[in-house]
Amino acid sequence: MKQQIFKDFKNIDKTIVLLYLILVVVGWLSIYAADYKEVHRGIFDISTNYGKQLIWIFAAFFIGFAMLLIDVKLLQAFAYQIFAISMLVLVAVLFFGTEINASKSWFTFGQFSIQPSEFTKFTAALAIAKYINSNKNRALSFKIRLMPLVFLFIPFALVMLQNDTGTAMVFGALFFMLYREGYISGVLLSFAAAAAFLFILTLLMNEFVIIGILALIAVITAIILRNNKKEVMAVVGLFVLLSVYVYSVDYTFENVLQPHQKNRIEVLVDPNVDPLGAGYNLNQSKIAIGSGGLWGKGFLAGTQTKFDFVPEQSTDFIFCTIGEEWGWAGSAALIIIFVVFLIRIILVAEKQRSAFSRIVGYSTACLLFFHFAVNIGMTIGLVPVIGIPLPFISYGGSSLLAFTIMIFTFLKLDMKKLEML
Amino acid sequence: MSNQFNVNVFDYRKKIIISVFVLTALIFLIQLFHIQLLDHSYKASASSNITRHITKYPARGLIYDRNQNLLVYNDPYYDLMVTPGQVANIDTLEFCELLGIDKETFIRRITSAREFAVHLPSVFEKQLSNEEYAVLKEVLYKYPGFFVQPRTLRRYSKPVAAHIFGYVAEVDSETVRLDPYYRPRDYIGISGLEKSYETVLRGSKGLRIITVDALGRDMGSFKDGRYDVAAKPGTDLYLSLDAELQEYGEKLMQNKRGSIVAIEPSTGEILALVTSPSYDPNLLVGRKRSQNFRSLQRDTLRPLFNRALMAHYPPGSVFKVISGLIGLHEGVVSTNSKYSCPGFYRAGGITVQCRYHPSPVDIYGTIKHSCNTASSIIFRSTIEKPGFSNIQESFNNWRSHVSSFGLGKRFNSDLPYELPGIIATSDYYDNIYGTRGWRALTILSLGIGQGEIGTTPIQLANVAASIANNGYYYTPHIVKAVGSIDNPIEKHSEKNYTSIDSTHFAVMKKAMIQVAEEGTARFSRIPDIQVAGKTGTVQNPHGENHSAYIAYGPADDPQIAVCVIIENAGYGSTWAAPTASLIIEKYLTGEVKRTWHENRILNANFLKPFPEED
Repeated sequence: MKQQIFKDFKNIDKTIVLLYLILVVVGWLSIYAADYKEVHRGIFDISTNYGKQLIWIFAAFFIGFAMLLIDVKLLQAFAYQIFAISMLVLVAVLFFGTEINASKSWFTFGQFSIQPSEFTKFTAALAIAKYINSNKNRALSFKIRLMPLVFLFIPFALVMLQNDTGTAMVFGALFFMLYREGYISGVLLSFAAAAAFLFILTLLMNEFVIIGILALIAVITAIILRNNKKEVMAVVGLFVLLSVYVYSVDYTFENVLQPHQKNRIEVLVDPNVDPLGAGYNLNQSKIAIGSGGLWGKGFLAGTQTKFDFVPEQSTDFIFCTIGEEWGWAGSAALIIIFVVFLIRIILVAEKQRSAFSRIVGYSTACLLFFHFAVNIGMTIGLVPVIGIPLPFISYGGSSLLAFTIMIFTFLKLDMKKLEML
Repeated sequence: MSNQFNVNVFDYRKKIIISVFVLTALIFLIQLFHIQLLDHSYKASASSNITRHITKYPARGLIYDRNQNLLVYNDPYYDLMVTPGQVANIDTLEFCELLGIDKETFIRRITSAREFAVHLPSVFEKQLSNEEYAVLKEVLYKYPGFFVQPRTLRRYSKPVAAHIFGYVAEVDSETVRLDPYYRPRDYIGISGLEKSYETVLRGSKGLRIITVDALGRDMGSFKDGRYDVAAKPGTDLYLSLDAELQEYGEKLMQNKRGSIVAIEPSTGEILALVTSPSYDPNLLVGRKRSQNFRSLQRDTLRPLFNRALMAHYPPGSVFKVISGLIGLHEGVVSTNSKYSCPGFYRAGGITVQCRYHPSPVDIYGTIKHSCNTASSIIFRSTIEKPGFSNIQESFNNWRSHVSSFGLGKRFNSDLPYELPGIIATSDYYDNIYGTRGWRALTILSLGIGQGEIGTTPIQLANVAASIANNGYYYTPHIVKAVGSIDNPIEKHSEKNYTSIDSTHFAVMKKAMIQVAEEGTARFSRIPDIQVAGKTGTVQNPHGENHSAYIAYGPADDPQIAVCVIIENAGYGSTWAAPTASLIIEKYLTGEVKRTWHENRILNANFLKPFPEED
């Protein structure tokens, strides 16, 4: 038995492990730099963020290693039960949790806080993986296609109730995985992307101008297609649909969104809308990153992030520290490492024989990608300010532990790929 | 579907997903390239140009009284700041001479600033005056690393109402940690209105980002001020306080311990809230603040203690009006009831002493002569009234009547640090005597306002207001309007009804008029103004009795309700009642004609050396 485990270790995907370790180390160094003050405390001092994070990192290594030892088939067997328990925990947080930054999504134990919603991304992915795996030989009826969305909607709704919109949106990342599995069509996904694009455009411009442009495009397309009545009708239908959408987006934005949500989107368009609130974060973040130049100011030599100009600098805005101290070169390196890491996970996932393993891999990659895209996008002003962490880099134990569990579960599934069917 | 087709589809989707990843990364790299390399305005290198963030502190909101007299305003001053990392090649000796400090002080301050942060500004010299700043401004360019930060300090046009305003001080580190608005060295309201209206008064901070060169010289706004934010000055408060009345009350209370609270019954607006001894609010401002604060804290007269809201006294005979009203409501006494008083009340081995007065007395005489015998009988009959299954039930019924007057609980209006006072619960007596171990006689002293009962001056003033209103009160409050006098706050415009039927108040009002006209307070009559009142002499086991009085006037159209408590002064009729009558006269007529009374109160001194109370 013991020998079997060590034999398995030879099959572990070393690229993924190596990239994981690099990211964790870069993360800790960045937190250290962000929190670094002239009056220096020991790196184990748990009153500092970097001291606490070191403890989280050790905990993550321990749990990651433990995931390699357990029998992964159990995870598959009990995926639904694990999902159900995690949902109960989310409900419990609503009643007994602690409120931090207006979101009631934490359990606090002394100096440390745990955010259960971070772990439900994994449990939802497991449940969907099991579900799809068990339906792999059936024709995809509407009912079967619907179930994974239900698995996503339950945690989404519970996390929304905690008033944590950022984390709730992360569940949307799994649409990519569903697309890969054929549960969501590419047309639908492109429609969603187009809708998001039009949404931003609506905020930038007057809605009637956009409808005018759409009308112009529709007329030109209709003239080109004038010989095919059916296609002309389709173009007209599409135009009406999009116009209604643009108009309702404008309406929703003005009348439905809460002021702070509206603010976060508005500052993207014009940072001066809320210069001390959401706009302040964004401006300070861009100033910090921008001041890094090509090569950066060097480790611990950042001035903008060090002087507390950038808020949340060791959590959501950790990328500022990297941008300032390591410049464009360092930022680019981190982004490339991240993308290589993601692509590697996808490629390894594609090699799996079991749909369950593949879906866990895809889910991991898609969730990581969503966090990566939204977090970095937000610090450089491409995405609204949504408070979700940069995986492995941001300060915070829950996210680190959750993603570590995902990565190592997938590594273990990969090691056992010949046994997983 | 053929297998081949399937594989192609999945391969295609995989490529799509990977392309999305790569495309996102490319967009990020391009955007980073733009802000890090192309747009030079973001580039602020520590060696040549750095930006400095200067917080623009807004002036706190002003505070006016009910007649729109300015009471609290701001004065500018300047903090000399130092960024240790930028200090280089300065003439230390000349600099020390300029500030009037020695070299050791200079080194000590620089060192402590350096320990705090090398690249962040710290305060070097606090609160320079306008004149000191004018001198320094001319030569400051010679001292790189030093700059001046304008701030404002509170000023008070009259040295009154210190406890109402409270004070402002630097925020503590715990608040900085919890509330992202505050940065170290910001000011925050610590007590009084400065605390309860902090978010209104503080305004919002502004920010000016300037570019400075290696010598710390101002090179102009960063990006033409695109990221600057104007400071928003605080919002003004308009109080219901009558500053003149407050000042007069504080003067009357000089050399006395105690409190005066005056309320307008028809609105619940506080007209005066005097606690004595008090202090000049200007003491808790500026460089000497902490030193003055410590000496106020050490003062055995406890000037920082707001007696009007926090000191609780047994109400003594003042309470007989409530006892009487409850008796009337419960039907155990009527206007026909008569009680004979031999100078004491004795029952079940308990004796309550009374003073000599005509006997027998009806309900009016009970109040007018403050008869302990009749009050004890009324209280006892209320508690022993048939129809309750046990003492707990009847006591709780009595107690809920008492609390409906606002006693034993906080008003929670707009003044912080108010205490609820004490009205003992039946559980309290159960614990001491056992469930069956107590009866009306055990707690008889409550009927005359002594024993397990403590009321604050503001609560007693509110009792007077409730009677003036025939059985309801508006929560006493002191802020009339926020921002502009035309913007009144509606929060306290709800009537709080007492549980006493309104028909009974006419009886009590008539009795209280008799108190002021021909009873215990006749000595304090005001010519041409009819007042209703009730005196109290509060037994004090620690020394001389406390003198207490509640009143409202004019009796037929109440415009002011007052409570006066003077500690260790003796009878309510000799000290508290005349003081209250002066306050009423001053408020209603604008001047005091009875100078003999005025001088007598002004010259009285009850601040004898006295052991600390518990």
